[in-house]
Amino acid sequence: MTPSLPSPKFKEFGGGVPKGRRGRGLDRRAAFWFLYIPPLFWLSLFFLIPLFLMFLYSFRADMRGSIFASWQPALDQYIKLSSTASYWRLLGVSVLTAFFIAFVSVALSYPVAYFLAFHARERFGFYLVLLLVPFWTSYLLRVMAWKIMLGTEGVINSFLIYLDVIREPLTSLLYNRSAVIVTLIYVWIPFATLPILAALQRIDISLFEAAADLGARPLRQFLRITLPLSLPGVFASFFMVFIPTVGEYVTPLLVGGSSGMLYGNIIQDFFTKAANWPFGSAMSMVMLAGTLVFVFFATRIVNLKDLLE
Amino acid sequence: MTRFGSSPPLRGYYFGLIALLYLPIGILFLFSINSNTILTFPLQGFSLGWYEKLLASDALLRSARNSLFVALGSSFTATILGTMVSLLMVRFDFRAKGFLVAMSVLPLIVPYIVLAVALLLLFSVLDIERSLFTVGIAHTVVALPYVLLIVGSRLAGFDVSIEEAAMDLGADYPVTLRRIVIPTIAPSMVSAWLTAFTVSFDEFALALFLAGTQPTFPVYLYGQLRFASRLPIMVALAVLMMIGTLTLVLIAERIRRME
Repeated sequence: MTPSLPSPKFKEFGGGVPKGRRGRGLDRRAAFWFLYIPPLFWLSLFFLIPLFLMFLYSFRADMRGSIFASWQPALDQYIKLSSTASYWRLLGVSVLTAFFIAFVSVALSYPVAYFLAFHARERFGFYLVLLLVPFWTSYLLRVMAWKIMLGTEGVINSFLIYLDVIREPLTSLLYNRSAVIVTLIYVWIPFATLPILAALQRIDISLFEAAADLGARPLRQFLRITLPLSLPGVFASFFMVFIPTVGEYVTPLLVGGSSGMLYGNIIQDFFTKAANWPFGSAMSMVMLAGTLVFVFFATRIVNLKDLLE
Repeated sequence: MTRFGSSPPLRGYYFGLIALLYLPIGILFLFSINSNTILTFPLQGFSLGWYEKLLASDALLRSARNSLFVALGSSFTATILGTMVSLLMVRFDFRAKGFLVAMSVLPLIVPYIVLAVALLLLFSVLDIERSLFTVGIAHTVVALPYVLLIVGSRLAGFDVSIEEAAMDLGADYPVTLRRIVIPTIAPSMVSAWLTAFTVSFDEFALALFLAGTQPTFPVYLYGQLRFASRLPIMVALAVLMMIGTLTLVLIAERIRRME
């Protein structure tokens, strides 16, 4: 969609600007600072510094004293975290859950993207909007809709009772990990379609003609041309679902119950109910570090530009 | 291209999935016009009573107004700051560029729960009471990457020689920005603003931590989920908001496609 950056660039402030009149470079230099200071200030104060504070806070031994109380850097929180198996297990479960959700979302989205790219033709715009409308509706609401669907007095249960399939409502539908998984896959499908679609649309049609001329049947064409060429989109789609899902705490809160909790819910607990901020900070640091390392490796596989489109 | 004719199986799959995607939303809508407080089959009867009760609920309307306030403020700020970063990213070369761009895009990657607790720490260190402003600040940070992507890609597609021509003809850089650059990227700025608005209006994960005594609509909605009898009213308002958000999004898409 986006052409590459324009080649003639101002090399530095004032560079590339005609030298006719004096003061031009100065204009540009002033404009530079005018554009540079506000976002730098905002993002430093409200993004970088908070994360750095969290980093510092995770090395506090306890919460005693005010937030400015002097303290010695201590590894207590990390030692406690690493020696408690249940936290690691939950982190592992969260990563696996996110992996599964991302995998299924991508698998379910691929045929949709394929249909839109190659078979929707003149109705493409309409079909695409139709797919995206659920994605544009309120996230909390869609999660709530699943609560209404799966609850003991919910739609599925009352419908099954109405049909006489069951007598007593099924209680196993809501408040467990499957409910979280179903809900999140539902939420992600439209989103997961977009990067795959973009990759499929970039494929040069003449490749198929060439393959057909050389005698390749449709299945072989798919396996040898379409699938490999769409892989960057598939990976991008996978990462775009995986990354936010690992940090998810809202959906488990609403439909997960205590057995459907993810790592993010524990962090939330330590900052609210349990009120142990240093430990919560240490847990957040582990999650942040994990995410950044994962993204670093992900960008080795997927071109960042594909991800951002 | 006879190869890409119609494909009944794929078509069926597409429409099957679409039906599944719309089912819960349809259920919600049914819920808001159902006369009973719980949605059970067979349906009891239809009424617009929940929509009437909605207009009588002060706390609810106040939370909706809070959300509107936060979304307007944060989307405006994010659009201005994001446009500044876009201009720096596409039109300037400087040493800290990679740093600034990375810092602007990173909020997309950092888990919301992590950002939420980090901001909670910051505000307690600075002794700032949690309020709609603290929610708005968080929303500005997470909306900024979207603005950067939308405005930045428009700016990258805009020929720099037009700017150079303006400056050859004697305009200084601020005038060029005001008369040439801003008008050219204005549609993408509007589109980015609408996107930022919808991101903020719908946002819950950060708002739950950072809203003090004044809840935004999603936070209020969450608090009311415990009371089953209030649920249909919430859903009725949510349906109205859904229609509002959709309208905004469709307008944003229209504007983006017009270019």
